[in-house]
Amino acid sequence: MVNPQDDTHRLSRLFMAYRLRWKRRRLLLRAWRKRRQITALCDRSDQIAPDAILCFSTMRNEMLRLPYFLDHHRRLGVGHFLIVDNGSDDGTVEYLRDQPDVSLWQSGASYRLSRFGVDWLTWLQMRHGHGHWCLTLDADELFIYPFHETRPLAALTDWLDDRQIGSMGALMLDMYPKGALAEAEYRPGQDPTEVLQWFDSGNYMIQRQPRLENLWIQGGPRARAFFAKEPRRAPTMGKVPLVKWNRRFAYVSSTHSILPRRLNHVYDEAGGEKLCGVLLHTKFLPIITAKSAEEKQRGEHFANSELYETYYDGLIENPELWCSGSRRYRGWRHLEALGLMSRGLWL
Amino acid sequence: MSVGIIMLVHTALGRAEQVARHWAASDCPIVIHVDRSVPSKTYSAFVEALSDVPKLRFCKRHRCEWGTWGLVAASQSASRVMLQEFSEVRHVYLASGSCLPLRPVQELLDYLAARPQTDFIESATTSDVPWTIGGLDEERFTLRFPFSWRKHRYLFDKYVQFQRKIGFRRRIPNGLVPHMGSQWWCLTRQTLSAILEDPERERYDRYFKRVWIPDESYFQTLARQYSRQIESRSLTLSKFDYQGKPHIFYDDHLQLLRRSDCFVARKIWPHANKLYEAFLTDAAGAMKRSEPNPGKIDRIFAKAVERRTRGRPGLYMQSRFPVETRENGLTSAPYSVFHGFAELFENFEPWLARMTGTRVHGHLFAPERIEFSDGQMVMNGALSDSPHLRDYNPRAFLANLIWNTRGERQCFQFGPRDNQKINWHISKDPNAQISVISGSWAVPLFKSNMNFADIRREAARLQQIESKHLEILRSSWTKARVRIWTMAEFIESPMEPLQTIIDEIGPAQTTRGLAEVPQMADLTGFGQFLQNLKNQGMHPYLMGNFPVVQDPQHTQSNPRKPYLVR
Repeated sequence: MVNPQDDTHRLSRLFMAYRLRWKRRRLLLRAWRKRRQITALCDRSDQIAPDAILCFSTMRNEMLRLPYFLDHHRRLGVGHFLIVDNGSDDGTVEYLRDQPDVSLWQSGASYRLSRFGVDWLTWLQMRHGHGHWCLTLDADELFIYPFHETRPLAALTDWLDDRQIGSMGALMLDMYPKGALAEAEYRPGQDPTEVLQWFDSGNYMIQRQPRLENLWIQGGPRARAFFAKEPRRAPTMGKVPLVKWNRRFAYVSSTHSILPRRLNHVYDEAGGEKLCGVLLHTKFLPIITAKSAEEKQRGEHFANSELYETYYDGLIENPELWCSGSRRYRGWRHLEALGLMSRGLWL
Repeated sequence: MSVGIIMLVHTALGRAEQVARHWAASDCPIVIHVDRSVPSKTYSAFVEALSDVPKLRFCKRHRCEWGTWGLVAASQSASRVMLQEFSEVRHVYLASGSCLPLRPVQELLDYLAARPQTDFIESATTSDVPWTIGGLDEERFTLRFPFSWRKHRYLFDKYVQFQRKIGFRRRIPNGLVPHMGSQWWCLTRQTLSAILEDPERERYDRYFKRVWIPDESYFQTLARQYSRQIESRSLTLSKFDYQGKPHIFYDDHLQLLRRSDCFVARKIWPHANKLYEAFLTDAAGAMKRSEPNPGKIDRIFAKAVERRTRGRPGLYMQSRFPVETRENGLTSAPYSVFHGFAELFENFEPWLARMTGTRVHGHLFAPERIEFSDGQMVMNGALSDSPHLRDYNPRAFLANLIWNTRGERQCFQFGPRDNQKINWHISKDPNAQISVISGSWAVPLFKSNMNFADIRREAARLQQIESKHLEILRSSWTKARVRIWTMAEFIESPMEPLQTIIDEIGPAQTTRGLAEVPQMADLTGFGQFLQNLKNQGMHPYLMGNFPVVQDPQHTQSNPRKPYLVR
């Protein structure tokens, strides 16, 4: 029996798929138009091996985090880093230029108008990412997945390839210290989770976005401390950072969602759990208060920055995010037991 | 007498070479089949690399795509070479390039030498086994499958549908009974040569070429024709997930594989250096001689499949977000909702906590504040007491609360003043135990110091909300355990229902009855209060019938006497 409701549903899905196809083309065109906003400072992309796993990132003044960021992802097995620098003046450019596995581009244009760097990265992904597994990260994100201590990324991507899975999701997990944010001490190269030991384990709220069919996850310490009055504005915590790239793909907003939308289906709707990872978010290192003051003034991090002034003010006041319900980070198995990560069928 | 090894190799030729040398070191004859899709340059380099191994042959190459005849053809060609070239071979062991011997080869040789007539081949009839992919079991043998399942799924499905529609059925030659099983077998020379030299072989081959996944049925079926003694199990540890893909072993499986006592395992990730190092050295001889025991691995794998297909009930996360009705439990554990109890009894919450040993919250869905137990500002999992966050996604709030407190039963109060958006979710949740005293919202109004006009308005509002809630609780969609009393009913004999609810909650000292009784609010004049509401045109009915005049005896004798136990 044909259910007429099913038919309309299928039609509206088809129509949406058609509209999104054009949206994706617009995004690709937009990235292509902005290709001259970035200039290569040091292009080692000819060294990329055919099966290398690539890491893409846009950053600005990240000298504090960079050494460990590169270290961590090298250890996992990233073969090459493709980084766009957005006007750093703290030595980031010089440092990256000296790394043998980094290709560096620079842009002086607006971070906000380039969709927070996504346009630039889309262009680089179009040129260098095709056919590779690509990890798109911010400098304050450390990617982990089940068994990451014993199995390199290639084991993960081989497994995904074998099952013809093209993308993997991750929860962004805000890490914070016990005590006021600015009072912690961190030196470059140190494992940030030694300083930022705590996280929120069970206050995430999830909705399914009907258009892009991705999950909109909110919650964590920022929602709890800064957006308790306006939860709708709380930051989005779900991402799709790992994708087997095709030059026709495009991220829509940061790495929260991607087109074509089948890549957003990183979750199971029939009750099962799929394999997924976590991005340890090291935003709350002690420099956060100074950085927030700067970001608030630059207004480059949100499309409508004035709405987030109280958020910045809250951070500048050097708050404590720790509470009695916080959990201490004890590795991925603990995260999995808490339900923040899952190995799915990969064991 | 010795054991001949057939290796089917597709990728990771370096690893295959390593394993071949390992077999060769124990003087096993080897025949290698290399997939034809391997480039000829790579192939000749591989042949060259192994040219120093004396008892090693390569056989005719076939194209081996998953689920196609090529794999059977490859096994046939390799078997023929093996039987012709190495006359001392008694057992032939079929392995792949990604197989890894877990026990010293000598142990396998001894094991097989002790069982000279036994064929080890998993072989079961279609009706006996649940492992079928794509919903095809018997039809594997009665339909035709000219299209690749992997590459042309659409055509594959359509052609199957078409054949079903026109009622097409292939005839199975010579009354063979189709059997299926793992494609990794170990057969005796007698059985294997009988299969290969069968005068009817051409007919069988023609038939099996169009069977779906013939590598899991060709030898499995024909071995039944000739074998003197079949052990229906595979000596190779090879696990498949529910999608029919082999599980892959990594470095961190070392201990697990050691304990399995199996002779050979597949499939090993080619870059699992530790595994190859550990098992391809003679040091592994430390393992005791025992029957293969894959039981522990079986359990672990079954658990993984369960997690992948059913997941952890009540968990919502970035990789598990079930659509409605597929949740497998809306929440992760049982909990209790008390509707109207805290209004009727003065010390209900501490009393309940003492009686049941559970965590008792106040009104979790109160509009002003989330009343966590003991006035906590934040609960397990850093769940905040902000009503805005809760009201933004009440369902997530409840699921989080129950998930975060796994192992400790949660109880909370509810009433018509609270956020009603959660009602459907709770009533559809089989984990919820909902007890309702309807109409007891009137007690706080009765005790309040408000103007009567305001009381009347508030009473009308609460009554309307509560009757809507009761409608939900009485609907046919409700899966929660629901008990509803009117207030009049309840105060007539409050101990009985209380006892029932508490018995259901938990193991605490309930056999002897309740040791202690909650203090009921003083209801002197409540009947008159309701009558006053009626007189003002508002008709309170949810609490049942209260006489206007209180029983004088009752009020005189002991105005605050609690109800006694038994």
